[in-house]
Amino acid sequence: MKHYTIPALLVLLLAALVAVSMTGAMNVYWQSVLMFMGINIILSSSLNIINGNMGEFSCGHAGFMAVGAYVSSVLSVLLFADGSVFGDALLPPQLAVFLFPVVLGLGGIAAALVGLLVAVPSFRTRGDYLAIITIAAAYIVKSTIENINAIGGARGFMGMSKVTAAMNTTAELPWMIIWVFVGTIFSIWLIRRFIFSTLGNGVNAVCQDEIAAEIMSVNTNRVKLTAFMISCGLAGVAGGLFAHVLGYVNPGSFTILKSTEVMVMVYLGGMGSLSGSVLSAVLITLLMEALRPLQIIKWVVIPLILVLLMQFRPEGIMGNRELADIFPGLKKFYRMKG
Amino acid sequence: MLQSFIQNIFNALQWGSFYSLIALGYCLVYGVLLLINFAHGDIFMVGAYIAFYVCMTLLGKFGLIPGMPGWLVLALAVPLTMMLTAVVGVTLERVAYRPLRRKGVNRLYVVITALMCGLILEHANLALLGASRRSFPTLISTSVFSFAGVNVTNLKIGVILVAVLAFLFLRFVVVKTKIGMAMRAISYDRFAVPLMGIPADNVIVFTFVLGSGFAGLAGLLFAMTYPVLDPYMGALIGWKAFIAAVVGGIGSIRGAFAGGFLLGFVEIMVVAFFPSTFRDLIAFTILLLILSVKPTGLFGVARRTKI
Repeated sequence: MKHYTIPALLVLLLAALVAVSMTGAMNVYWQSVLMFMGINIILSSSLNIINGNMGEFSCGHAGFMAVGAYVSSVLSVLLFADGSVFGDALLPPQLAVFLFPVVLGLGGIAAALVGLLVAVPSFRTRGDYLAIITIAAAYIVKSTIENINAIGGARGFMGMSKVTAAMNTTAELPWMIIWVFVGTIFSIWLIRRFIFSTLGNGVNAVCQDEIAAEIMSVNTNRVKLTAFMISCGLAGVAGGLFAHVLGYVNPGSFTILKSTEVMVMVYLGGMGSLSGSVLSAVLITLLMEALRPLQIIKWVVIPLILVLLMQFRPEGIMGNRELADIFPGLKKFYRMKG
Repeated sequence: MLQSFIQNIFNALQWGSFYSLIALGYCLVYGVLLLINFAHGDIFMVGAYIAFYVCMTLLGKFGLIPGMPGWLVLALAVPLTMMLTAVVGVTLERVAYRPLRRKGVNRLYVVITALMCGLILEHANLALLGASRRSFPTLISTSVFSFAGVNVTNLKIGVILVAVLAFLFLRFVVVKTKIGMAMRAISYDRFAVPLMGIPADNVIVFTFVLGSGFAGLAGLLFAMTYPVLDPYMGALIGWKAFIAAVVGGIGSIRGAFAGGFLLGFVEIMVVAFFPSTFRDLIAFTILLLILSVKPTGLFGVARRTKI
């Protein structure tokens, strides 16, 4: 029975979330904070594969997020929204709810393919050179989007709110909350399965010593390729959710500042700790909201926190441990190293 | 056609000079500490602001001292800006990087600290001085030399000259002097150097003085050429200069210098023949191609990993 405890709890939590947001017990502000929390969890836990488990230094996560955001928004607007951009909807709005995950998935796949741009050079270079390649890739993505006028260029792209409205024709539910929740749980599940798989052990081996790993018959190229593609793909899913929650995207949202924000979450949580990334994504989202009245000083306080963290507890909140290592009682509820 | 081409070459040389000056700073610090000093672009920005306040004070705009003529202000502003910016760079090293180095933590943590220090500099500036852009005063009147239809300003020639001189000076320091030898030694083996009686910390401080000083000089020249200052001016140009340094082969003075000019050329030529929004796209694609063909950069030497 214990295997079903976590899924049951999650379903209950989702039902509770839907209930409180439908009855209006939770106002729109808190709903959006929760949704951004979910998106941040996906971002930080996916970046954690590269920057934490694999020990690389990728500073271009926002670029992959942008790919996912644009691909899924363009697809969903094309399919379900009557608008000025692409003319009438191609499919009836009743299908929006059912095909939305497909659209999100396609955005993720597109981001994963762009991830190849980074993954293939990573076969030959590591460390500082790879950091540059990720930055350059993020700039290339942003600059490409700015130069495609059909999707709005630097002005941005909108119309996703019509898609969310189309979902309500099937049933009046807060769909975006549901999708963000499902996406978050899916990502965490996927990353967990990946990290505790044989391939995931390979990722950790590459982090510790690439040459030794290669001698021990780890196919390092395959490990890197998979890790980069999963990480970038999930960033794309997060981007798709981000675009649909806001109803509007522009290339300016995916700057190096966004990548930095995600990096802060990863290093605050602890490199290579999945539960750490989730925890720190939650903390940082709340902190960002709490510091909102400070306006620009917020961006002095958050880097300062990280600088102090690096001085006094460089391993982050969790180090490389998981929640179950600290509270062994939790192990009963889910299988480890499955 | 030829005229506009030559004109563009001069523009590219000037634009490349800024990248080169900043890339040299990146490269010095990287060469010695193997640390990507991500805050360097923001030190450049701080340098431009320091230059602004120094010049305004010397011109008597704040009423502290009687105003001076423009050429004297420039002559005084160059060393003052370089010194004050160097102080900022060294402070960063003392406060943020040295404690981490003493603890011997993973190199990645120092890189993150550098990134965060850059953000702090940017936003602290924004919070303290406000978002309004500042316009830099004119120090020397621009005179235009034109021959065969190509116009060159005295400022442009000055900037290019300064970049070349800075390169020659740094190369001299690193290759010929004793302290340069110490810098190369630290880069080669950081643990053996203190055993040989070389004060490693002093050498590192000297490296930061050089790197930040030239960033300050670049800031002053940049502010004179494009006389509008804003807190984010350093971020993008810093990242680009860093990429230029990597393409040149990071850790090699020659590489950083060449990489800076290469990036300048690519950007100016793209703007000359394509719509200007394509600048970043094409420039970065070319750089990425160079890096994937030659991962160590143009002048870089691969460090062999021993098993």
